[in-house]
Amino acid sequence: MVSRLRAYRALLVAQIRGQAQYRASFVMEMVGQSTYTFMDFAAVLVLFRVTPAMGGFGLWQVLLISGLAICGFSAADLAVGNVEQLRQYVRTGLLDAMLIRPRRVLPQLLAIDFQLRRVGRVVFAVVLVAVACAHVGVDWTWWRVLLVVGTPIAAAVFYAGIFVLTASVAFWWIDSGEFANSFTYGGREFATYPITIYGSVFRRVFAFGIGFAFISYYPALAIMDTPDPLGMPAWFGALGPAAAAVMTAIAALVWRTGLRHYEGTGS
Amino acid sequence: MRMMLALMRSGFRRYSTYRQATAAAAATNTIFGMLRCYVLLATAVAATTTVGYDVPQLSTYVWVGQGIIGVVMLWGPAELAEKVRTGQVVSDLLRPVNPIWTYLATDLGRAGFSCLTRLVVPVAFGAIFFPFYWPRHWWTYGLFACSLLAATGICFAIRHLVNLSAFWLLDIRGITTAWLLASGIGSGLIFPIDFLPGPAAAALKFGTPLPSIVQFPADVLVEHGGAPGQLQRVALQFGWVVVCLAAAFAVQHRATRRLVVQGG
Repeated sequence: MVSRLRAYRALLVAQIRGQAQYRASFVMEMVGQSTYTFMDFAAVLVLFRVTPAMGGFGLWQVLLISGLAICGFSAADLAVGNVEQLRQYVRTGLLDAMLIRPRRVLPQLLAIDFQLRRVGRVVFAVVLVAVACAHVGVDWTWWRVLLVVGTPIAAAVFYAGIFVLTASVAFWWIDSGEFANSFTYGGREFATYPITIYGSVFRRVFAFGIGFAFISYYPALAIMDTPDPLGMPAWFGALGPAAAAVMTAIAALVWRTGLRHYEGTGS
Repeated sequence: MRMMLALMRSGFRRYSTYRQATAAAAATNTIFGMLRCYVLLATAVAATTTVGYDVPQLSTYVWVGQGIIGVVMLWGPAELAEKVRTGQVVSDLLRPVNPIWTYLATDLGRAGFSCLTRLVVPVAFGAIFFPFYWPRHWWTYGLFACSLLAATGICFAIRHLVNLSAFWLLDIRGITTAWLLASGIGSGLIFPIDFLPGPAAAALKFGTPLPSIVQFPADVLVEHGGAPGQLQRVALQFGWVVVCLAAAFAVQHRATRRLVVQGG
């Protein structure tokens, strides 16, 4: 076990050292990635310049929803975001090289292009959640504390599942381009806003079908003690971990099936 | 000129063979179109200021914008940068034509193919399922075509500049991230930049080529600001085409003098 972990650690450290070699690029991207999260937040601010409310919610209420979603997404992106490179690895045949090593494929894949520079985004999102909580005036109880701390973790697991699930598409469909982005980055964008703004069909699919409503919107309602304009009960806010568990199970199943199905591209 | 046309045709044909990738990209643009459209329309419900767009215009703005990013290829692959890193760029530089012309011709061919696929799909989807603004004047279509051509030229020149930075940096991921950030907000893709405070919007509009890439063609199509507004935008765009291409030529000239082919 220990020797196994050591191999992954060696891969990780080598990767970080390698990226730090190109110092100008590393610093620029570190700054850029942090600015990225700031931009998500700034976009909400800009929209509120032209309107006092979105979907029936005020600025800080929306920012709490955004903060929870962005927090979870950034953490997932840091840990497993580069699984989206799978397409390239399948195309170039690099995946074959990983398959013959006596280690598991997914951790290898994650370690081989780990991007430490993404850490700035997580920190920023955590601060955003804290500030938003202070502004909406939360009536703190033990279970609300649990929700504020637990939701970003559940959201991170949920998004990690989405990342792995959508990347697995490459096992069947190599030329899928940015299609996975619709659900990873698109999923982040969806969960950034209250689900009341979306059309009913689109909302049903993304919020309840895929489950994005359970990792930011409903937990935020429960934290703020606001009733759902759509009429769902308050305990929907506690479904984040369940959604994360289901998503992880599906992702694991599809990943394993895909890996077994993998035939290589001959390159 | 014959050579340019031949390269354009080959660019068109090259991308027409990537059928699955095109379908995936059009589907992605459509899903993001829905996300962005609902977000912008949500602001219109309780808006205190509409900055000159009504609901159908705002919705059309989003859908056309989703098509435009495919035509101009806002976020292209770093093909040239990879060639610089591996030294392969030498074979392009040895040719008797400046590579900017050959790359540009290929890119225009690609854009032509994207007009028929990646522009049509999101626009058709938006027209069917969302409130849609059809241009009231016939000349709008002609101006939109000019505007789109200029946008493609500007975006090509900027992508070329991003790639050229590889001559100095080798790893261009940092610059790419900067471009991703600047283009996402500054081009008007996420919201029309008139949503920003007045001075910031003016600075972006007149001081940078970014809005020329997405917002101006979309504005031209939804007839924002009427005929004078349309003409002003297209004129500004062609000004930026000249500036950006000139910058690309100048930087490439300096870059090739730095070129070191690292073995292999």
